Amino acid sequence: MMATTLAEKIIARASGRQAVTPGEIVTAKVDLAMIHDSGGPRRVEPILRDLDVGLFDATKVVLISDHFVPGDTDEGARILELTRNWARERKVAFYDGEGICHVVLPERGHLKPGMFVVGGDSHSPTGGAFGAYMFGVGATEMAGVLATGEIWIKVPGTILIEWTGLLSPGVTAKDMMLTLCARLGMDGGGYQAVEYAGEAIRALSMQERMTLSNMAAELGAQAGLIAPDETTADWLDAVGGDAGDWHGLATDAGATLLAHHVFDAATLEPQAAAPHSPANAAPVGEAADVGIDVAYIGACTGAKYEDLKAVAAILKGREPASGVELMVAPASRRDQERAASEGIMAVFEAAGAHILPNACGICAGYGSNRLGEGVTCISSTARNFKGRMGAASSRVWLASPLTVAASAVAGRIADPREFMRGDGQ
Amino acid sequence: MTARAFVLGDDVDTDQIAPGQYMAGGIEALARHVLESQRPDFVQTVKPGDVVVAGRNFGMGSSREQAAEALKLLGIAGVVARSFAGIFYRNAINLGLPVLIADDLSAIADGDAVNLDVTGARLRLTDKNIDIALEPLPDNLKAMLADGGLVPHLKKRFAAERKEHL
Repeated sequence: MMATTLAEKIIARASGRQAVTPGEIVTAKVDLAMIHDSGGPRRVEPILRDLDVGLFDATKVVLISDHFVPGDTDEGARILELTRNWARERKVAFYDGEGICHVVLPERGHLKPGMFVVGGDSHSPTGGAFGAYMFGVGATEMAGVLATGEIWIKVPGTILIEWTGLLSPGVTAKDMMLTLCARLGMDGGGYQAVEYAGEAIRALSMQERMTLSNMAAELGAQAGLIAPDETTADWLDAVGGDAGDWHGLATDAGATLLAHHVFDAATLEPQAAAPHSPANAAPVGEAADVGIDVAYIGACTGAKYEDLKAVAAILKGREPASGVELMVAPASRRDQERAASEGIMAVFEAAGAHILPNACGICAGYGSNRLGEGVTCISSTARNFKGRMGAASSRVWLASPLTVAASAVAGRIADPREFMRGDGQ
Repeated sequence: MTARAFVLGDDVDTDQIAPGQYMAGGIEALARHVLESQRPDFVQTVKPGDVVVAGRNFGMGSSREQAAEALKLLGIAGVVARSFAGIFYRNAINLGLPVLIADDLSAIADGDAVNLDVTGARLRLTDKNIDIALEPLPDNLKAMLADGGLVPHLKKRFAAERKEHL
Protein backbone atom coordinates (compact mmCIF):
# COMPACT_ATOMS: atom_id res chain seq x y z
CA MET A 1 0.00 0.00 0.00
CA MET A 2 1.18 3.46 -0.86
CA ALA A 3 1.70 5.79 2.08
CA THR A 4 -1.05 8.44 2.09
CA THR A 5 -2.03 11.48 4.12
CA LEU A 6 -5.05 11.74 6.41
CA ALA A 7 -6.62 14.28 4.02
CA GLU A 8 -6.15 11.94 1.04
CA LYS A 9 -7.69 9.02 2.92
CA ILE A 10 -10.84 10.93 3.80
CA ILE A 11 -11.24 12.52 0.36
CA ALA A 12 -10.64 9.20 -1.42
CA ARG A 13 -13.34 7.54 0.67
CA ALA A 14 -15.80 10.45 0.16
CA SER A 15 -15.20 10.50 -3.60
CA GLY A 16 -15.49 6.72 -3.95
CA ARG A 17 -11.93 6.20 -5.15
CA GLN A 18 -9.13 3.86 -4.20
CA ALA A 19 -6.71 6.77 -4.00
CA VAL A 20 -6.51 10.45 -4.86
CA THR A 21 -3.56 12.61 -5.87
CA PRO A 22 -2.97 16.22 -4.79
CA GLY A 23 -3.99 18.63 -7.54
CA GLU A 24 -6.67 16.46 -9.14
CA ILE A 25 -10.27 17.67 -9.03
CA VAL A 26 -12.79 15.15 -7.72
CA THR A 27 -16.45 15.20 -6.71
CA ALA A 28 -17.11 14.06 -3.15
CA LYS A 29 -20.27 13.18 -1.26
CA VAL A 30 -20.71 15.16 1.95
CA ASP A 31 -21.49 13.35 5.19
CA LEU A 32 -22.77 16.48 6.90
CA ALA A 33 -23.51 20.12 6.06
CA MET A 34 -23.53 22.80 8.76
CA ILE A 35 -25.15 26.18 8.18
CA HIS A 36 -25.79 29.26 10.33
CA ASP A 37 -28.23 32.14 10.34
CA SER A 38 -26.15 34.48 8.17
CA GLY A 39 -25.15 32.29 5.22
CA GLY A 40 -27.92 29.75 5.83
CA PRO A 41 -31.69 29.83 5.23
CA ARG A 42 -31.94 33.47 4.13
CA ARG A 43 -29.40 32.85 1.37
CA VAL A 44 -29.90 29.18 0.42
CA GLU A 45 -33.72 28.97 0.39
CA PRO A 46 -34.18 31.36 -2.59
CA ILE A 47 -31.64 29.27 -4.54
CA LEU A 48 -33.29 25.95 -3.66
CA ARG A 49 -36.63 27.41 -4.82
CA ASP A 50 -35.05 28.68 -8.02
CA LEU A 51 -33.61 25.20 -8.65
CA ASP A 52 -36.93 23.65 -7.65
CA VAL A 53 -35.33 21.00 -5.43
CA GLY A 54 -35.43 19.98 -1.77
CA LEU A 55 -32.63 19.04 0.61
CA PHE A 56 -30.48 16.08 -0.46
CA ASP A 57 -30.93 14.61 3.03
CA ALA A 58 -32.40 16.62 5.91
CA THR A 59 -30.78 14.26 8.45
CA LYS A 60 -27.36 15.40 7.23
CA VAL A 61 -28.00 19.10 7.73
CA VAL A 62 -27.43 20.99 10.99
CA LEU A 63 -28.54 24.60 11.43
CA ILE A 64 -27.17 26.78 14.23
CA SER A 65 -28.08 30.42 14.91
CA ASP A 66 -25.14 32.47 16.15
CA HIS A 67 -24.26 35.47 13.96
CA PHE A 68 -27.39 37.59 14.53
CA VAL A 69 -28.14 36.30 18.05
CA PRO A 70 -29.58 37.97 20.15
CA GLY A 71 -31.41 39.76 17.33
CA ASP A 72 -30.71 43.24 18.70
CA THR A 73 -31.45 45.01 15.41
CA ASP A 74 -34.69 44.91 13.39
CA GLU A 75 -32.99 43.23 10.46
CA GLY A 76 -31.17 40.75 12.71
CA ALA A 77 -34.43 39.82 14.47
CA ARG A 78 -36.11 39.31 11.09
CA ILE A 79 -33.28 37.03 9.93
CA LEU A 80 -33.58 34.94 13.12
CA GLU A 81 -37.34 34.58 12.60
CA LEU A 82 -36.76 33.43 9.02
CA THR A 83 -34.11 30.97 10.27
CA ARG A 84 -36.51 29.44 12.85
CA ASN A 85 -39.31 29.04 10.33
CA TRP A 86 -36.97 27.38 7.85
CA ALA A 87 -35.76 24.88 10.47
CA ARG A 88 -39.37 23.85 11.11
CA GLU A 89 -40.29 23.62 7.43
CA ARG A 90 -37.18 21.76 6.35
CA LYS A 91 -37.06 19.53 9.45
CA VAL A 92 -33.35 19.82 10.13
CA ALA A 93 -31.51 19.64 13.47
CA PHE A 94 -31.56 23.20 14.82
CA TYR A 95 -29.73 24.81 17.73
CA ASP A 96 -31.09 28.27 18.42
CA GLY A 97 -29.03 30.61 20.57
CA GLU A 98 -27.14 27.65 22.02
CA GLY A 99 -23.75 29.02 21.07
CA ILE A 100 -21.26 29.44 18.24
CA CYS A 101 -21.70 26.85 15.47
CA HIS A 102 -18.11 25.55 15.57
CA VAL A 103 -18.47 24.76 19.27
CA VAL A 104 -22.08 23.53 19.25
CA LEU A 105 -21.65 21.11 16.32
CA PRO A 106 -19.11 18.79 18.01
CA GLU A 107 -20.53 19.39 21.50
CA ARG A 108 -23.83 17.84 20.36
CA GLY A 109 -22.08 14.82 18.89
CA HIS A 110 -22.49 15.59 15.18
CA LEU A 111 -18.83 15.13 14.20
CA LYS A 112 -17.05 11.82 13.83
CA PRO A 113 -13.45 11.10 12.79
CA GLY A 114 -13.10 10.48 9.06
CA MET A 115 -16.20 12.44 8.04
CA PHE A 116 -16.21 14.72 5.01
CA VAL A 117 -18.07 17.87 6.07
CA VAL A 118 -18.81 21.31 4.67
CA GLY A 119 -19.72 24.31 6.79
CA GLY A 120 -21.17 27.64 5.74
CA ASP A 121 -18.54 29.57 7.63
CA SER A 122 -14.85 30.24 7.11
CA HIS A 123 -13.86 28.82 10.50
CA SER A 124 -15.30 25.42 9.58
CA PRO A 125 -11.81 23.83 9.66
CA THR A 126 -12.55 23.53 13.42
CA GLY A 127 -14.01 20.10 12.63
CA GLY A 128 -10.49 18.97 11.73
CA ALA A 129 -9.72 18.74 15.45
CA PHE A 130 -11.92 15.63 15.45
CA GLY A 131 -10.20 14.09 12.44
CA ALA A 132 -12.99 15.17 10.09
CA TYR A 133 -12.14 16.83 6.77
CA MET A 134 -14.23 19.96 7.24
CA PHE A 135 -14.00 23.19 5.28
CA GLY A 136 -15.91 26.42 4.76
CA VAL A 137 -17.93 27.44 1.72
CA GLY A 138 -20.11 30.39 0.73
CA ALA A 139 -23.89 30.30 0.58
CA THR A 140 -24.37 29.57 -3.13
CA GLU A 141 -21.91 26.70 -2.92
CA MET A 142 -23.78 25.47 0.17
CA ALA A 143 -27.08 25.65 -1.70
CA GLY A 144 -25.50 23.44 -4.34
CA VAL A 145 -24.43 20.97 -1.64
CA LEU A 146 -27.90 20.99 -0.06
CA ALA A 147 -29.41 20.32 -3.49
CA THR A 148 -27.02 17.57 -4.62
CA GLY A 149 -25.17 16.23 -1.55
CA GLU A 150 -21.94 16.71 -3.49
CA ILE A 151 -19.12 19.18 -3.90
CA TRP A 152 -16.04 19.39 -6.10
CA ILE A 153 -12.68 19.56 -4.40
CA LYS A 154 -9.13 19.96 -5.63
CA VAL A 155 -7.28 17.33 -3.62
CA PRO A 156 -4.97 19.27 -1.30
CA GLY A 157 -1.37 18.60 -0.48
CA THR A 158 -0.58 18.33 3.24
CA ILE A 159 1.47 20.86 5.18
CA LEU A 160 2.57 19.07 8.34
CA ILE A 161 3.06 21.42 11.30
CA GLU A 162 4.84 19.54 14.04
CA TRP A 163 5.10 20.91 17.57
CA THR A 164 7.79 19.28 19.70
CA GLY A 165 8.04 19.58 23.50
CA LEU A 166 5.24 20.76 25.78
CA LEU A 167 3.72 24.22 26.30
CA SER A 168 4.75 26.08 29.44
CA PRO A 169 2.07 27.22 31.93
CA GLY A 170 0.34 30.36 30.68
CA VAL A 171 0.96 29.49 27.01
CA THR A 172 -1.95 28.19 24.96
CA ALA A 173 -3.13 26.97 21.56
CA LYS A 174 -3.98 30.58 20.66
CA ASP A 175 -0.34 31.54 21.18
CA MET A 176 0.71 28.66 18.92
CA MET A 177 -1.65 29.89 16.20
CA LEU A 178 -0.68 33.53 16.44
CA THR A 179 2.99 32.69 16.08
CA LEU A 180 2.14 30.41 13.12
CA CYS A 181 0.33 33.32 11.43
CA ALA A 182 3.42 35.49 11.92
CA ARG A 183 5.85 32.80 10.78
CA LEU A 184 3.92 31.35 7.83
CA GLY A 185 1.78 34.33 6.79
CA MET A 186 -1.93 34.71 6.16
CA ASP A 187 -1.65 32.62 3.00
CA GLY A 188 1.00 30.20 4.30
CA GLY A 189 -1.60 27.43 4.15
CA GLY A 190 -2.12 28.07 0.41
CA TYR A 191 -5.64 26.52 0.53
CA GLN A 192 -4.02 23.13 1.19
CA ALA A 193 -4.59 20.83 4.17
CA VAL A 194 -2.68 21.75 7.31
CA GLU A 195 -2.12 18.88 9.73
CA TYR A 196 -0.94 19.50 13.29
CA ALA A 197 1.13 16.79 14.94
CA GLY A 198 3.77 16.19 17.60
CA GLU A 199 4.08 15.80 21.34
CA ALA A 200 2.56 19.18 22.17
CA ILE A 201 -0.52 18.50 20.04
CA ARG A 202 -1.07 15.04 21.59
CA ALA A 203 -0.98 16.69 25.01
CA LEU A 204 -3.64 19.29 24.15
CA SER A 205 -7.26 18.97 25.23
CA MET A 206 -9.98 18.84 22.57
CA GLN A 207 -11.03 22.45 23.13
CA GLU A 208 -7.45 23.63 22.64
CA ARG A 209 -7.11 21.46 19.52
CA MET A 210 -10.30 23.11 18.19
CA THR A 211 -8.61 26.51 18.43
CA LEU A 212 -5.71 25.25 16.31
CA SER A 213 -7.94 23.69 13.67
CA ASN A 214 -10.25 26.71 13.59
CA MET A 215 -7.43 29.13 12.89
CA ALA A 216 -6.07 27.06 10.03
CA ALA A 217 -8.44 29.50 8.30
CA GLU A 218 -6.09 32.33 9.30
CA LEU A 219 -3.26 30.51 7.50
CA GLY A 220 -5.43 30.37 4.39
CA ALA A 221 -5.59 26.57 4.59
CA GLN A 222 -8.68 24.68 3.46
CA ALA A 223 -8.60 22.30 6.43
CA GLY A 224 -6.76 22.01 9.76
CA LEU A 225 -6.53 18.35 10.67
CA ILE A 226 -5.43 16.56 13.81
CA ALA A 227 -5.32 12.76 13.69
CA PRO A 228 -7.81 11.31 16.19
CA ASP A 229 -6.48 9.56 19.31
CA GLU A 230 -7.73 8.44 22.74
CA THR A 231 -8.32 12.08 23.72
CA THR A 232 -10.66 12.49 20.73
CA ALA A 233 -12.48 9.22 21.41
CA ASP A 234 -12.90 9.98 25.13
CA TRP A 235 -14.26 13.47 24.41
CA LEU A 236 -16.75 12.17 21.86
CA ASP A 237 -17.87 9.43 24.26
CA ALA A 238 -18.44 12.04 26.96
CA VAL A 239 -20.73 14.14 24.75
CA GLY A 240 -22.68 11.12 23.54
CA GLY A 241 -21.04 11.15 20.13
CA ASP A 242 -19.52 8.30 18.20
CA ALA A 243 -15.80 8.04 17.56
CA GLY A 244 -16.31 5.00 15.31
CA ASP A 245 -13.29 3.09 14.14
CA TRP A 246 -10.77 5.91 14.18
CA HIS A 247 -7.63 3.77 14.24
CA GLY A 248 -5.75 4.18 11.00
CA LEU A 249 -7.11 7.67 10.39
CA ALA A 250 -3.63 9.19 10.31
CA THR A 251 -0.98 10.28 7.85
CA ASP A 252 1.24 7.29 7.09
CA ALA A 253 4.97 7.48 7.70
CA GLY A 254 6.58 8.24 4.36
CA ALA A 255 3.50 9.91 2.83
CA THR A 256 4.36 12.70 0.42
CA LEU A 257 4.04 16.09 2.12
CA LEU A 258 3.93 19.54 0.60
CA ALA A 259 5.95 20.90 3.53
CA HIS A 260 6.98 19.88 7.04
CA HIS A 261 7.52 22.65 9.58
CA VAL A 262 8.82 21.98 13.09
CA PHE A 263 8.20 24.34 16.02
CA ASP A 264 9.21 24.07 19.67
CA ALA A 265 6.31 24.39 22.11
CA ALA A 266 8.53 24.50 25.19
CA THR A 267 10.15 27.82 24.31
CA LEU A 268 6.98 29.50 23.00
CA GLU A 269 5.96 32.66 24.87
CA PRO A 270 2.50 34.25 25.11
CA GLN A 271 1.83 36.25 21.94
CA ALA A 272 -0.05 39.42 21.04
CA ALA A 273 -0.94 40.37 17.46
CA ALA A 274 -1.03 44.09 16.69
CA PRO A 275 -3.76 45.69 14.56
CA HIS A 276 -4.87 44.80 11.87
CA SER A 277 -3.64 41.27 11.21
CA PRO A 278 -3.07 38.03 13.15
CA ALA A 279 0.24 37.87 11.28
CA ASN A 280 1.44 40.86 13.34
CA ALA A 281 1.98 38.53 16.31
CA ALA A 282 5.05 38.85 18.52
CA PRO A 283 5.93 37.91 22.12
CA VAL A 284 3.59 39.78 24.46
CA GLY A 285 6.47 41.67 26.11
CA GLU A 286 6.90 43.69 22.92
CA ALA A 287 3.42 45.17 23.43
CA ALA A 288 3.79 45.82 27.16
CA ASP A 289 3.18 49.57 27.00
CA VAL A 290 -0.04 49.45 25.02
CA GLY A 291 -2.97 50.78 27.09
CA ILE A 292 -6.38 49.24 26.50
CA ASP A 293 -10.02 50.37 26.78
CA VAL A 294 -11.81 47.07 26.22
CA ALA A 295 -10.92 43.46 27.08
CA TYR A 296 -13.05 40.98 25.12
CA ILE A 297 -13.25 37.32 26.08
CA GLY A 298 -15.31 35.72 23.36
CA ALA A 299 -15.48 33.67 20.17
CA CYS A 300 -15.01 30.05 19.15
CA THR A 301 -11.28 30.38 19.74
CA GLY A 302 -11.38 32.21 23.07
CA ALA A 303 -14.40 31.59 25.28
CA LYS A 304 -14.95 27.86 25.52
CA TYR A 305 -15.23 26.24 28.96
CA GLU A 306 -11.49 25.74 29.40
CA ASP A 307 -10.79 29.33 28.36
CA LEU A 308 -13.33 30.59 30.88
CA LYS A 309 -11.78 28.45 33.62
CA ALA A 310 -8.27 29.73 32.91
CA VAL A 311 -9.50 33.34 32.75
CA ALA A 312 -11.31 32.98 36.09
CA ALA A 313 -8.12 31.72 37.72
CA ILE A 314 -6.50 35.04 36.81
CA LEU A 315 -9.50 37.27 37.57
CA LYS A 316 -10.44 35.72 40.92
CA GLY A 317 -10.27 38.43 43.57
CA ARG A 318 -9.22 41.03 41.00
CA GLU A 319 -10.96 43.70 38.98
CA PRO A 320 -10.30 45.32 35.64
CA ALA A 321 -8.13 48.42 35.85
CA SER A 322 -9.99 51.70 36.08
CA GLY A 323 -11.55 52.65 32.76
CA VAL A 324 -11.25 49.16 31.25
CA GLU A 325 -14.46 47.48 30.14
CA LEU A 326 -14.39 43.69 30.44
CA MET A 327 -16.79 41.66 28.29
CA VAL A 328 -17.30 37.91 28.40
CA ALA A 329 -19.32 36.07 25.73
CA PRO A 330 -19.17 32.34 26.60
CA ALA A 331 -18.95 30.32 23.38
CA SER A 332 -21.86 27.99 24.16
CA ARG A 333 -24.70 27.71 26.64
CA ARG A 334 -23.39 24.31 27.78
CA ASP A 335 -19.96 25.73 28.45
CA GLN A 336 -21.48 28.66 30.31
CA GLU A 337 -23.65 26.34 32.43
CA ARG A 338 -20.67 24.20 33.34
CA ALA A 339 -18.69 27.32 34.18
CA ALA A 340 -21.56 28.60 36.31
CA SER A 341 -21.81 25.32 38.22
CA GLU A 342 -18.14 25.58 39.11
CA GLY A 343 -18.32 29.20 40.31
CA ILE A 344 -16.49 30.54 37.26
CA MET A 345 -19.30 32.83 36.09
CA ALA A 346 -19.51 34.26 39.62
CA VAL A 347 -15.87 35.34 39.33
CA PHE A 348 -16.69 37.32 36.16
CA GLU A 349 -19.71 38.91 37.82
CA ALA A 350 -17.66 39.88 40.87
CA ALA A 351 -15.13 41.48 38.51
CA GLY A 352 -17.90 43.59 36.99
CA ALA A 353 -17.72 41.92 33.58
CA HIS A 354 -20.51 42.39 31.07
CA ILE A 355 -21.78 38.92 30.24
CA LEU A 356 -22.91 38.73 26.61
CA PRO A 357 -25.04 36.11 24.82
CA ASN A 358 -23.65 32.73 23.67
CA ALA A 359 -23.05 33.90 20.13
CA CYS A 360 -20.49 35.36 17.72
CA GLY A 361 -21.03 38.79 19.28
CA ILE A 362 -18.53 41.53 18.58
CA CYS A 363 -16.16 39.11 16.83
CA ALA A 364 -18.42 38.98 13.78
CA GLY A 365 -19.46 42.61 14.20
CA TYR A 366 -22.95 41.95 12.83
CA GLY A 367 -25.02 43.32 15.73
CA SER A 368 -25.48 46.70 17.40
CA ASN A 369 -22.68 46.00 19.91
CA ARG A 370 -19.51 47.19 18.18
CA LEU A 371 -16.28 48.92 19.19
CA GLY A 372 -16.49 52.72 19.07
CA GLU A 373 -14.23 55.29 17.40
CA GLY A 374 -10.62 55.14 18.52
CA VAL A 375 -11.14 52.31 21.02
CA THR A 376 -8.21 49.99 21.74
CA CYS A 377 -9.33 46.45 22.48
CA ILE A 378 -7.49 43.26 23.37
CA SER A 379 -9.49 40.28 22.23
CA SER A 380 -9.42 36.49 22.49
CA THR A 381 -10.94 36.20 18.99
CA ALA A 382 -9.36 34.95 15.75
CA ARG A 383 -9.31 38.02 13.49
CA ASN A 384 -8.44 41.68 13.96
CA PHE A 385 -8.97 43.03 10.47
CA LYS A 386 -9.59 46.76 10.23
CA GLY A 387 -13.19 47.65 11.01
CA ARG A 388 -14.28 44.05 11.65
CA MET A 389 -15.27 44.47 15.30
CA GLY A 390 -16.24 48.13 15.11
CA ALA A 391 -15.20 51.54 13.83
CA ALA A 392 -12.38 51.64 11.28
CA SER A 393 -10.47 53.75 13.81
CA SER A 394 -10.72 51.07 16.53
CA ARG A 395 -7.61 49.03 17.16
CA VAL A 396 -7.81 45.33 18.05
CA TRP A 397 -4.98 43.28 19.49
CA LEU A 398 -5.35 39.51 19.49
CA ALA A 399 -4.11 37.31 22.31
CA SER A 400 -4.98 34.24 24.35
CA PRO A 401 -7.86 34.48 26.84
CA LEU A 402 -5.29 34.43 29.65
CA THR A 403 -3.42 37.38 28.16
CA VAL A 404 -6.69 39.26 27.67
CA ALA A 405 -7.59 38.67 31.34
CA ALA A 406 -4.16 39.77 32.59
CA SER A 407 -4.35 42.85 30.37
CA ALA A 408 -7.80 43.76 31.70
CA VAL A 409 -6.39 43.79 35.24
CA ALA A 410 -3.24 45.69 34.27
CA GLY A 411 -5.01 48.21 32.02
CA ARG A 412 -2.32 47.59 29.42
CA ILE A 413 -1.21 44.56 27.48
CA ALA A 414 0.32 42.23 30.06
CA ASP A 415 2.04 38.86 30.30
CA PRO A 416 -0.39 36.40 31.93
CA ARG A 417 2.47 34.56 33.64
CA GLU A 418 2.86 37.56 35.96
CA PHE A 419 -0.74 37.09 37.11
CA MET A 420 -0.77 33.35 37.63
CA ARG A 421 -0.85 31.87 41.09
CA GLY A 422 1.34 29.05 42.35
CA ASP A 423 -0.88 26.15 41.26
CA GLY A 424 0.01 26.59 37.61
CA GLN A 425 -3.38 28.07 36.79
CA MET B 1 -16.09 53.94 -22.22
CA THR B 2 -12.61 52.91 -21.14
CA ALA B 3 -12.32 50.35 -18.40
CA ARG B 4 -9.80 51.15 -15.67
CA ALA B 5 -7.74 49.13 -13.21
CA PHE B 6 -8.16 49.61 -9.47
CA VAL B 7 -4.90 48.42 -7.97
CA LEU B 8 -4.99 47.11 -4.39
CA GLY B 9 -2.35 45.45 -2.20
CA ASP B 10 -1.90 42.05 -0.57
CA ASP B 11 -4.30 40.39 1.91
CA VAL B 12 -7.41 42.43 1.10
CA ASP B 13 -9.93 40.88 3.50
CA THR B 14 -13.66 40.32 3.21
CA ASP B 15 -14.39 42.69 6.11
CA GLN B 16 -13.02 45.46 3.91
CA ILE B 17 -14.85 44.31 0.79
CA ALA B 18 -18.16 43.58 2.53
CA PRO B 19 -18.20 45.24 6.00
CA GLY B 20 -19.97 43.14 8.64
CA GLN B 21 -22.14 45.96 9.94
CA TYR B 22 -24.04 46.01 6.62
CA MET B 23 -24.40 42.22 6.33
CA ALA B 24 -27.94 42.15 7.74
CA GLY B 25 -29.32 44.25 4.88
CA GLY B 26 -29.64 43.60 1.18
CA ILE B 27 -26.80 43.44 -1.31
CA GLU B 28 -27.62 46.87 -2.80
CA ALA B 29 -27.13 48.55 0.57
CA LEU B 30 -23.96 46.56 1.24
CA ALA B 31 -22.51 47.40 -2.18
CA ARG B 32 -22.46 51.11 -1.24
CA HIS B 33 -19.77 50.33 1.35
CA VAL B 34 -17.39 48.09 -0.60
CA LEU B 35 -13.76 48.74 0.39
CA GLU B 36 -14.73 51.94 2.25
CA SER B 37 -12.20 51.48 5.06
CA GLN B 38 -9.36 51.05 2.58
CA ARG B 39 -10.41 53.00 -0.48
CA PRO B 40 -13.23 55.44 0.37
CA ASP B 41 -13.51 56.66 -3.25
CA PHE B 42 -14.02 53.16 -4.69
CA VAL B 43 -17.81 52.99 -4.89
CA GLN B 44 -18.10 56.56 -6.22
CA THR B 45 -15.53 56.13 -8.97
CA VAL B 46 -15.92 52.53 -10.11
CA LYS B 47 -17.62 52.02 -13.48
CA PRO B 48 -19.06 48.90 -15.10
CA GLY B 49 -16.30 46.99 -16.87
CA ASP B 50 -13.53 48.10 -14.50
CA VAL B 51 -11.09 45.51 -13.21
CA VAL B 52 -9.78 45.05 -9.67
CA VAL B 53 -6.09 44.17 -9.61
CA ALA B 54 -4.65 42.88 -6.35
CA GLY B 55 -1.62 41.26 -4.83
CA ARG B 56 -1.58 38.02 -2.87
CA ASN B 57 -4.46 36.38 -1.00
CA PHE B 58 -7.30 38.60 -2.24
CA GLY B 59 -10.54 37.95 -0.33
CA MET B 60 -9.05 36.41 2.80
CA GLY B 61 -11.20 35.94 5.89
CA SER B 62 -14.92 35.31 6.02
CA SER B 63 -16.88 32.95 3.76
CA ARG B 64 -19.47 35.69 3.09
CA GLU B 65 -20.06 35.52 -0.64
CA GLN B 66 -21.51 39.01 -0.56
CA ALA B 67 -17.89 40.16 -1.04
CA ALA B 68 -17.89 38.71 -4.57
CA GLU B 69 -21.56 39.51 -5.13
CA ALA B 70 -21.13 43.20 -4.30
CA LEU B 71 -18.13 43.56 -6.64
CA LYS B 72 -20.20 42.00 -9.39
CA LEU B 73 -23.16 44.26 -8.64
CA LEU B 74 -20.87 47.29 -9.02
CA GLY B 75 -20.07 46.06 -12.52
CA ILE B 76 -16.53 44.80 -11.92
CA ALA B 77 -15.60 42.73 -15.00
CA GLY B 78 -13.25 40.56 -13.00
CA VAL B 79 -10.55 40.43 -10.34
CA VAL B 80 -6.98 39.72 -11.36
CA ALA B 81 -4.61 38.91 -8.51
CA ARG B 82 -1.34 37.16 -7.72
CA SER B 83 -3.40 34.72 -5.62
CA PHE B 84 -6.84 34.42 -4.04
CA ALA B 85 -8.09 33.13 -0.70
CA GLY B 86 -9.70 29.76 -1.43
CA ILE B 87 -13.26 30.43 -0.31
CA PHE B 88 -13.45 33.81 -2.04
CA TYR B 89 -12.18 32.24 -5.25
CA ARG B 90 -14.87 29.55 -5.24
CA ASN B 91 -17.57 32.09 -4.28
CA ALA B 92 -16.61 34.36 -7.17
CA ILE B 93 -16.86 31.58 -9.76
CA ASN B 94 -20.10 30.38 -8.18
CA LEU B 95 -21.58 33.85 -8.63
CA GLY B 96 -20.20 34.35 -12.12
CA LEU B 97 -17.47 36.87 -11.22
CA PRO B 98 -14.30 36.06 -13.17
CA VAL B 99 -11.20 35.65 -10.99
CA LEU B 100 -7.87 35.17 -12.73
CA ILE B 101 -4.33 34.69 -11.53
CA ALA B 102 -1.00 35.99 -12.79
CA ASP B 103 2.24 35.97 -10.87
CA ASP B 104 3.58 39.30 -12.11
CA LEU B 105 1.19 42.23 -12.21
CA SER B 106 3.82 44.92 -11.62
CA ALA B 107 3.23 46.53 -15.01
CA ILE B 108 -0.24 47.67 -13.95
CA ALA B 109 -0.67 51.06 -12.28
CA ASP B 110 -3.82 52.32 -10.62
CA GLY B 111 -6.07 53.94 -13.21
CA ASP B 112 -4.50 52.22 -16.22
CA ALA B 113 -6.82 51.59 -19.15
CA VAL B 114 -7.45 47.85 -19.32
CA ASN B 115 -9.31 45.26 -21.32
CA LEU B 116 -9.98 41.91 -19.64
CA ASP B 117 -10.45 38.92 -21.95
CA VAL B 118 -11.80 36.21 -19.65
CA THR B 119 -12.10 33.37 -22.15
CA GLY B 120 -8.71 34.13 -23.66
CA ALA B 121 -7.21 34.61 -20.15
CA ARG B 122 -5.44 37.86 -21.02
CA LEU B 123 -5.38 41.33 -19.51
CA ARG B 124 -4.49 44.04 -22.01
CA LEU B 125 -3.16 47.42 -20.87
CA THR B 126 -4.49 49.37 -23.84
CA ASP B 127 -2.56 52.64 -23.34
CA LYS B 128 0.71 50.92 -22.48
CA ASN B 129 0.31 48.34 -25.23
CA ILE B 130 1.15 45.51 -22.84
CA ASP B 131 -0.53 42.11 -22.86
CA ILE B 132 -0.46 40.06 -19.65
CA ALA B 133 -1.11 36.32 -19.89
CA LEU B 134 -3.31 34.99 -17.06
CA GLU B 135 -3.46 31.40 -15.84
CA PRO B 136 -6.23 29.53 -17.60
CA LEU B 137 -9.05 28.26 -15.38
CA PRO B 138 -9.50 24.51 -14.85
CA ASP B 139 -12.11 23.05 -17.21
CA ASN B 140 -14.81 22.55 -14.58
CA LEU B 141 -14.61 26.22 -13.54
CA LYS B 142 -14.44 27.43 -17.12
CA ALA B 143 -17.71 25.62 -17.79
CA MET B 144 -19.35 27.00 -14.64
CA LEU B 145 -18.28 30.56 -15.43
CA ALA B 146 -19.46 30.21 -19.03
CA ASP B 147 -22.89 29.18 -17.71
CA GLY B 148 -22.96 32.29 -15.50
CA GLY B 149 -22.19 30.63 -12.16
CA LEU B 150 -23.19 27.61 -10.09
CA VAL B 151 -26.97 28.12 -10.09
CA PRO B 152 -27.39 28.33 -13.90
CA HIS B 153 -24.81 25.52 -14.17
CA LEU B 154 -26.91 23.28 -11.88
CA LYS B 155 -30.12 24.22 -13.71
CA LYS B 156 -28.55 23.06 -16.93
CA ARG B 157 -27.40 19.81 -15.30
CA PHE B 158 -30.80 19.12 -13.71
CA ALA B 159 -32.58 19.81 -17.02
CA ALA B 160 -30.28 17.36 -18.79
CA GLU B 161 -30.86 14.74 -16.07
CA ARG B 162 -34.64 15.14 -16.31
CA LYS B 163 -34.47 14.76 -20.08
CA GLU B 164 -32.48 11.53 -19.66
CA HIS B 165 -35.17 10.15 -17.38
CA LEU B 166 -37.96 10.79 -19.89
